[in-house]
Amino acid sequence: MGTAPASRDVTSYGMGLAAPLALFFLLFFVAPLLQLFWLSLHNDTAGLHWGLGQYLHFLTDPFSLGVLGSTLLLGAEVTAVCLVLGFPIAWLYQRVGPKLQTIIILIVLLPLLTSVVVRTFAWIVILGRQGIINATLQSLGIIDTPLKLLYTQFGVVIALAQVQMPLMTLPLITALGRIEPNLDDASCSLGAGSWRTFFRVVLPLSLPGVIAGCTLTYAAAITAFITLSLVGGGQMLFMPMYLYQQASTLQNWPFAAAISIIFLLAVLAVVSVFTTLGRLSRGHGGA
Amino acid sequence: MAETQGGRSLVVDAVTHRYPSGALAVENINLDIKGGEIIALLGPSGCGKTTLLRIIAGFIAQTQGRIIIGDDIVDTLPPNRRAVGIVFQNYALFPHLSISENVAYGLAARGIDKATRQREAQRLLDLVQLPAMGERLPRQLSGGQQQRVALARALAIKPSILLLDEPFAALDKNLRLDMQIEVKRLQRVSGITTLIVTHDQEEALSMADRVAVLSHGKLEQFGTPSDVYDRPQTLFVNTFVGSTNRMPGVVVSADRTAAKVRLDAGAEIIARPAGGALSEGGRVTVCIRPEHLQFVGDETGFAGVVGMSLPLGATVVHEVTTADGSGVKVSQARIGETRALENGAAVRLAPLAPSLANAFPATL
Repeated sequence: MGTAPASRDVTSYGMGLAAPLALFFLLFFVAPLLQLFWLSLHNDTAGLHWGLGQYLHFLTDPFSLGVLGSTLLLGAEVTAVCLVLGFPIAWLYQRVGPKLQTIIILIVLLPLLTSVVVRTFAWIVILGRQGIINATLQSLGIIDTPLKLLYTQFGVVIALAQVQMPLMTLPLITALGRIEPNLDDASCSLGAGSWRTFFRVVLPLSLPGVIAGCTLTYAAAITAFITLSLVGGGQMLFMPMYLYQQASTLQNWPFAAAISIIFLLAVLAVVSVFTTLGRLSRGHGGA
Repeated sequence: MAETQGGRSLVVDAVTHRYPSGALAVENINLDIKGGEIIALLGPSGCGKTTLLRIIAGFIAQTQGRIIIGDDIVDTLPPNRRAVGIVFQNYALFPHLSISENVAYGLAARGIDKATRQREAQRLLDLVQLPAMGERLPRQLSGGQQQRVALARALAIKPSILLLDEPFAALDKNLRLDMQIEVKRLQRVSGITTLIVTHDQEEALSMADRVAVLSHGKLEQFGTPSDVYDRPQTLFVNTFVGSTNRMPGVVVSADRTAAKVRLDAGAEIIARPAGGALSEGGRVTVCIRPEHLQFVGDETGFAGVVGMSLPLGATVVHEVTTADGSGVKVSQARIGETRALENGAAVRLAPLAPSLANAFPATL
């Protein structure tokens, strides 16, 4: 499945049509970003001394590096959970009748129809000490004392996976839908079992959707400030909360700006790893 | 896996398939196909021929009946264990794999080592006359080339049966003829039992040793191309295969081999009772092909008035309106100077021979 850009002559369209959006982005995205970068290049909170001191501080501070590392790892965990749970849903979607398809798409989209705050509070109700899970397990006599689910890495991953699931499932549904249905039959008639068909045909051909889904889920998961702070609580510190503390509580704007820039670059690096992996695997086959 | 290439027989034994909705897809189909034969499953779309192909391949489990390949009843085997090669209508090549990887796919599934796979893929690409295309991707090939690759891929697993689903439908006319010759050549070389599903009667008649004509899920006739064309057993076969004139009439007298029919167009002719015995006085439809009608000078035959004449190259087709107001077509070979017929000329027509007029009991 080639996703090479169509060789269409871009200049034949009036570039002026893109001007309003370009202007909007310039004013409200590029300009603040530059301002942030500018801010991060100051060694003191008053903004009098230039230098790379904030970056040096972050990159030599084990605590800061730890927060960055655990945030990136958290993103990987959430993405993995979403992929493992989302793929079967997308696969199922392509194999059921139109009625069930409507139901599946509704279930997939449901998280998007509720506010993130509400969804996150729902998870607090479910995961809390007196929450649904603990109450059920205790009444069944499976556990004596409540399990600690809230304010743990596990709780955060579960809550984030639920919140970000549509971002994974929707691109997967699209990618699987683009695969010629006959290819399954062709693979089977040539003697391949379902696992071989899945790994040699379905998975490689759905890779554009996997990459897109992983990129979106990853980026959304590690920047989900509300869910991270509410379900993670005070004990779990991730980059968005760290950044917020530095800026709002400690008023250390240059350091907060440097954290932002480093975080941005780290996310870009991870995303480009995803994209490169995708390109490499698509290149397989002598394209 | 079958190691013997080709030559295995295929028996479709009283196969019936019912959709979950209860509607019949195919009903009591019996086909006895000898090893090495080319069979065409011919019928209009929706007649059940693709369903039958998918039942043989194992993608659909039939409601009743058995599929027997060689000496094995294969009904319980999934498609990946039936060793049936399939060429799909849209070829279904794996778009992310190179041409040689496509051809070698079935061999990899059988755990054959890489060196042998590559050698075998190259041998098959040579066989389908695409020796230098192994490194390319399917989308870099033309439709005809993709079809050859699909054939090579299906043949690579040394299947006992080769199934082709409307294989030439997507090709333009000249390429179609080339590929038909190519498939027939490959079939002769490999000796593999081959089943072609098609709605194109010319394709069926030119390629197959025997033709199975299907209509509404039922087998109308199973016979050689000349059986099906010259000795159709049902009105459907007579009208679906080739073109024909349908002339209504009444049976004057009949025995098992010949019937005297009084045509509504105004003549008594001798016809062949094609669909079984006919009863005296019963309404019949007599089918006479345009090339089996001739102009006669005497008072035999029925009268008509020439309308349009269409010169089609090797033949000329005349439209003639008969006394009962219906139109018949007459096809004349253009040998030397054909008799010029003017618009409005009065003529008389008769079938070339009684065996070339087929009488079927009229359906309401």
